[in-house]
Amino acid sequence: MAAPLPKRIIKETERLQNEPVPGISALPHDDNARYFDVMVEGPGGSCYEGGVFNLELFLPDDYPMTAPKIRFLTRIYHPNIDRLGRICLDVLKNNWSPALQIRTILLSIQALLGAPNPEDPLNEAVAKQWKENQAEAIKTAREWTALYATAKK
Amino acid sequence: MDSEDEVNSVVSSVDVGMDDDDSSVDFGADSDVEIDDHYQDDAAFETQEKDLMPKKKAFEVDYRVYSPEDIQKQQDKQVAEVSTLLEQPHEITAILLRFGRWNKERLIEKYMDNQEEVLDKAGLGQDVYKSPPRIDPPRIFTCDICCEDGPHESFALKCGHRFCVTCYRQYLFQKIRGEGEAARIKCPGDGCNRVIDTKSLDLLVTSDLTDRYHELLMRTYVDDKENLKWCPAPNCVYAVECGVKKRDLNKVVPTVQCDCHHSFCFGCTLADHQPCPCSLVRRWLKKCEDDSETANWISANTKECPRCHSTIEKNGGCNHMTCRKCRHEFCWMCMGVWSEHGTSWYNCNRYEEKSGLDARDAQARSRQSLERYLHYYNRYANHEQSARLDKDIYHKTEKKMTLLQGASGMSWIEVQYLEEASRSLQQCRQTLKWTYAFAYYLARNNMTEIFEDNQKDLEMAVENLSEMFEKPTDQLAALKVEMMDKTTYCNRRRVILLDDTAKRLKDEQWEFNVELS
Ligand SMILES: [Zn+2]
Ligand SMILES: [Zn+2]
Ligand SMILES: [Zn+2]
Ligand SMILES: [Zn+2]
Ligand SMILES: [Zn+2]
Ligand SMILES: [Zn+2]
Repeated sequence: MAAPLPKRIIKETERLQNEPVPGISALPHDDNARYFDVMVEGPGGSCYEGGVFNLELFLPDDYPMTAPKIRFLTRIYHPNIDRLGRICLDVLKNNWSPALQIRTILLSIQALLGAPNPEDPLNEAVAKQWKENQAEAIKTAREWTALYATAKK
Repeated sequence: MDSEDEVNSVVSSVDVGMDDDDSSVDFGADSDVEIDDHYQDDAAFETQEKDLMPKKKAFEVDYRVYSPEDIQKQQDKQVAEVSTLLEQPHEITAILLRFGRWNKERLIEKYMDNQEEVLDKAGLGQDVYKSPPRIDPPRIFTCDICCEDGPHESFALKCGHRFCVTCYRQYLFQKIRGEGEAARIKCPGDGCNRVIDTKSLDLLVTSDLTDRYHELLMRTYVDDKENLKWCPAPNCVYAVECGVKKRDLNKVVPTVQCDCHHSFCFGCTLADHQPCPCSLVRRWLKKCEDDSETANWISANTKECPRCHSTIEKNGGCNHMTCRKCRHEFCWMCMGVWSEHGTSWYNCNRYEEKSGLDARDAQARSRQSLERYLHYYNRYANHEQSARLDKDIYHKTEKKMTLLQGASGMSWIEVQYLEEASRSLQQCRQTLKWTYAFAYYLARNNMTEIFEDNQKDLEMAVENLSEMFEKPTDQLAALKVEMMDKTTYCNRRRVILLDDTAKRLKDEQWEFNVELS
């Protein structure tokens, strides 16, 4: 069923392993080289600091002509991420370019954690809170990070 | 079409009459009676008057239908015009116009202001036509898309982002076929804003995509123009031009008919929803979707006879039911006795608000609001369903009529009245359907009653005509004149209702129980 893996995906995977991006990891499944377990650390200084967020990433058949499918598995309080973990990010939609890579996407996602954008919301309720009472919103984001995104010891 | 012309003429004359006492608010119900008399007495005179002063009715808007060729010509003409002004070849001008979303004046102004900036933003750089685009011969380099080293043929725009031709073509395939883009496809380079010009596209696009690509280029022209819209009918290639703007949509329901016969609203491109303004249509459809479970049972095709409780199935559009078992005649909509429906007692369309006393507590109020919604939804859904059933019956009749043509000695032309009657039924039911969504949002006052009277008259006319369709086929030939009369009457009632509603919408006389958004 599976077609041979394109060179592009092999190369990207190798590079992710050999030159990892700090605070980010992406590991393909043994039985499906197009499916990755992703881990992103909350950026320092943000309300997600200290959190470790799990995501799933899938490279569709027409990748890289279309963007990877990616979503958060860990619950997160963020105006551009909805309850299902879907992410509102331009490079995953209109601004996707086949010259972009998994690593650039993951970096963009990490950057999004550092700079939530309530003006382009995916999660209306969170975005509303973010605009009306930012201090409260940031507090909730911290609480959720501690609650859901901190490895239980 | 004779009958329709007659209808038009009647209303034009009504317009004249009404304009005289524009200030009086409650002319609706009474003047309706006058219109009727007037019409019957002076039909011939009306036609003359109409010829003298063709007047548009309040619910009609000006529009024009264009074929793909017309659209292409319009585009070419504008390109040629602007091309001379900008002193740029057609190719470049076309890209600039698409980039400027076909706003000629603004483009020219900006271009005169800062030529280089405009060219650059449109992805044309400065020297795009010094050296024409070309595919470069095979060589070894790593293509950033496939990661292969080649040797492979490659292509790069002036920005220098080079990819192998295979990847470039796949990219264009995805954009054109997958995403339906054409006018503003950008260089695949990461973050690069350069738009791929038409010459480069012609070079790269494979022959199987050329047609689609040119079609899309044309589409963007229509999409970019506020006064142009594609006909939403499946496979229809026409576009319609109409001057009604978005901001006018609370005052007018701009209904247009494409040359493919599809009637649709220019404002929201949904099927004809007169007399209900777009924003109420949106609201209503959303509500129906949200409440679909509550309302689902209504669309069932069977009910019980209110007298003997045997099961009755509805298989025509007509609401006049006769129980096979006990011969009880009743109304499918309200389950009331039918004999009351043909008279001034007809009250089937009106929702009677229960007195405030019954609705003291929240539960009672919520039950009441559900009842109210169901009243309107019931009738809305019923007309939708009936229109379908009427059509079925018509198709059956049509077949029989063909067989009967020989026997009855009637020609094909002579049986056209059936077609007209059927079309009128569909159209009137479509209108009736939306009158119920409209009425649901009407605040109750004197004008509501005028509206309900008009609605009632149209509904009675429609049920009368619908009932004739259910007569055995061998009787239909003898009913020709009566059927034609009833068809004319239906059309006339529809025009009266739409005209009155549209006038009051335009003058912002209606009071709604919600904000028009
Ligand atoms: Zn390539
Ligand atoms: Zn580029
Ligand atoms: Zn059409
Ligand atoms: Zn509309
Ligand atoms: Zn019965
Ligand atoms: Zn009834």
